[in-house]
Amino acid sequence: MSSIPSPEPEPSTISIFFAGVRSAMASVFFLVLAGTYIGMGALAHDFGFPPWWLALSSILVWAAPAQVILISALGTGASLFEAALAVTLSGIRLFPMVVALLPLLRGPSTRLRDLLLPAHFTSVSMWVESLRLLPGMPQNRRITFCNGLSVGYMGTAVVFGFVGYYLAAGLPVLLAATLLFLTPMSFLISTANNARMMVDRLALGFGLVLGPLLTYLAVGLDLMWTGLIGGTLAYLAHRFREATQ
Amino acid sequence: MNAALADLWPYLVLILAGYLPNEVWRVLGLALARGLNEDSQIVVWSRAVATALLAGVVAKLILFANGALTTVPLSVRAGAAVVGFLAFVLLKRSVFAGVIVGEAALLIGGYLFAR
Repeated sequence: MSSIPSPEPEPSTISIFFAGVRSAMASVFFLVLAGTYIGMGALAHDFGFPPWWLALSSILVWAAPAQVILISALGTGASLFEAALAVTLSGIRLFPMVVALLPLLRGPSTRLRDLLLPAHFTSVSMWVESLRLLPGMPQNRRITFCNGLSVGYMGTAVVFGFVGYYLAAGLPVLLAATLLFLTPMSFLISTANNARMMVDRLALGFGLVLGPLLTYLAVGLDLMWTGLIGGTLAYLAHRFREATQ
Repeated sequence: MNAALADLWPYLVLILAGYLPNEVWRVLGLALARGLNEDSQIVVWSRAVATALLAGVVAKLILFANGALTTVPLSVRAGAAVVGFLAFVLLKRSVFAGVIVGEAALLIGGYLFAR
């Protein structure tokens, strides 16, 4: 406690929460999520999933790559087991993200249950913005702000999922095809953009080749093998390169 | 399978194949939140696996298209993805430019060569 009186009164929980929501709307991820989930809505429509199913998946799964994998796997007739395997392999990356985020949120009086929502909300958009914005904020406001930020992003995803779904349902076929192309196109480019290290670029290249190849060869559990073989090859090449340098 | 169960089935699948296998990693992160950084080897490997898997799905969505996208020939779909990617590389790694150029290429190619 400082003896100097605070120059501003402590803001209410509600106002901190909505500061988070506003900050979500003003960030670049608003546009990214809108585009991604318009594409996802078209994809869900194309594979015959109801729009409410997509909305619920955005709330429960809350990871665009996992949702694309789930929709396309189930939509192309993969078994429940194969879809779950592919989703869990794509979800491993959430583990270190939660680990990195928690020290920013946890204070001396933080209870475990206060961290349940932020842990569930952890996704690329929220994680990048939280790591950028939270350090400049008093510790006791961070969880509320982070929840507001996440609700802003999640709301954006849900709303634009519906927009994409009904656009795909109502547009002429060529425009619907263009909308449907948004998912692979935007994931290809954003994955390439995130792949700053050689290991990630190699994994991207291996995956692009192995995915269709294993499908063409009718290999069982092709998604899982694409991830494990492509990712491990990229990782080994990276280790080999480091060892020889 | 009775009608009510048939209606609920997609939501059960969502929980079993989507929610639980994804959420388990967040819960683990919450439970074991210490001593793991971005550069640790297991993190590098798991990111590579996730990247390769997602890339595989992307390539499959382009090459083995479904629904409305099947009206656009395979060569146009693959060509548009390449053109979009090149635009991304050439235009200062702008994600926006890459996606817009790729989409425009698909639209124009699809218009010219629609089946």
